[in-house]
Amino acid sequence: MTAAAIIFYLFAISTVVGGLFTVIARNPVHSVLWLILAFLSSAGLFVLVGAEFVALLLVIVYVGAVAVLFLFVVMMLDVDFAELKAEMARYMPLALLIGVVLLMQLALAFGVWDYSEGYDERLAAPFVFDIENTQLLGLLIYDRYILLFQLAGLVLLVAMIGAIVLTMRHRKDVKRQDILAQMYRDPAKALELKDVKPGQGL
Amino acid sequence: MVEFFTETSIGAVLLILGQSLLLIVPLLVALAFLLLVDRKVWAAVQQRRGPNVVGPFGLMQSFADFLKYIVKEVVVPAGADRPVFFLAPMISFVMAVIAWAVIPFADGWVLADLNVALLYVFAVSSLEVYGVIMGGWASNSKYPFLGSLRSAAQMISYEVSLGLIIIGIVISTGSMNFGAIVAAQDGDFGLLNWYWIPHFPMLFLFLISAMAETNRPPFDLPEAESELVAGYQVEYSSTPFLLFMIGEYVAIVLMCALVSLMFFGGWLSPIPGLPDGILWMALKMIFVFFIFAMVKAITPRYRYDQLMRLGWKVFLPMSLVWVVIVAFLAKFEVLGGFWARWTLGV
Repeated sequence: MTAAAIIFYLFAISTVVGGLFTVIARNPVHSVLWLILAFLSSAGLFVLVGAEFVALLLVIVYVGAVAVLFLFVVMMLDVDFAELKAEMARYMPLALLIGVVLLMQLALAFGVWDYSEGYDERLAAPFVFDIENTQLLGLLIYDRYILLFQLAGLVLLVAMIGAIVLTMRHRKDVKRQDILAQMYRDPAKALELKDVKPGQGL
Repeated sequence: MVEFFTETSIGAVLLILGQSLLLIVPLLVALAFLLLVDRKVWAAVQQRRGPNVVGPFGLMQSFADFLKYIVKEVVVPAGADRPVFFLAPMISFVMAVIAWAVIPFADGWVLADLNVALLYVFAVSSLEVYGVIMGGWASNSKYPFLGSLRSAAQMISYEVSLGLIIIGIVISTGSMNFGAIVAAQDGDFGLLNWYWIPHFPMLFLFLISAMAETNRPPFDLPEAESELVAGYQVEYSSTPFLLFMIGEYVAIVLMCALVSLMFFGGWLSPIPGLPDGILWMALKMIFVFFIFAMVKAITPRYRYDQLMRLGWKVFLPMSLVWVVIVAFLAKFEVLGGFWARWTLGV
């Protein structure tokens, strides 16, 4: 067994174990931590197939941002485990149904899958190009599929504006700090010096 | 003998281990003295002497502190989540140290010459937040929890502008490899060729964001001692606390290295004609660290809402606009490729 194969199995096992414990861990915070392990191991798998750019993006986006937000929310939740268990019994049939459907789909997909000639060599060396995969992805996304990329960006922008509109409420009864107004205040307008004589008020 | 290290896989592993030790040991020893420099600068600004008892001029102070930390008792709070409680400082330390794998100190003096090195550093530094969050949560106590929530929000906010500033540098260089970034700053005019001129405003944004990202004063809100006692570190003692502290300082020195590589030409000599080398890199890192120490000494701590406002409403728009401007300046090769170094064929 080569070193790459040993590392592959290590990452594969830790991905599966991470995924498994994400589901069966009792404490939701531990679940998220196991999920992070699964993310990191799959990033390792990406590195092994030579997709270092995708691997690092996975780490930055999913582990560095999405999972932090998960953890943030889960840590502040006050989870009642007894109630959760009762809910689980109620939704079990539906969950099983979805699971069976997904399994059937996967079985169908792999059952009729036909590999072309020499696929295992292509699996071992997925990139036959002479340039870095960062550059390659850049050429694909920003040159070849620029329109699709811009459209996807537009959809995300609309989604973002929608989320902001839905959640923003402007409270008028709260005092807010106006930084610009503070910065443009000048002593000539804000202060007035008065010469107060002893024994007299203003 | 040479074949053993290059041909066999055990030899290769041993070679990497040896190289890593060769990097980590000098780094941690240098860190001990940088810690002292930090305290001495701080003391000098406040007209104190600073640590001056252990060794000549207090030079051995950090080593004495180190011994003190490791012989103390490890106290675990009764309600703490033990595995996570001990995992947190380890993550904090390991994440800070592994980022150094891709930092070159001179031409070719690098452990792993990745072509996505800048992205790797960015990814690893985005993982450092986990040490803080996990530590705060696992302590099962109020102040650490509040401190860790603050820090999670703070680190995520400033990562965004750090990333955008890095994109500007990447556009100018056409590569994410540190060797290529430094090579792109090489030229006939010494320090006038470095990126601090074409990316001038971003230098300050990067310095400030780096301070916020590493929880350095004036942005040390996660551990604001006047309101949160010490934030996420409250329940930690002895070696776990030491790991947190070393992790934090290693991250700060890493930011110094990043600033010197990205804006000050890394190991390039500022004066044309003088030889390049590791000495320049070390001097630049110490210079940036001195700035960090001075900022710590002379600025008051930010209020939390001001910190968030600065991150999202000032730095994010500024760095985003800068990316667009640099993209245009590079695409149309303004000033003969001043922003597009890849066109100059270096």
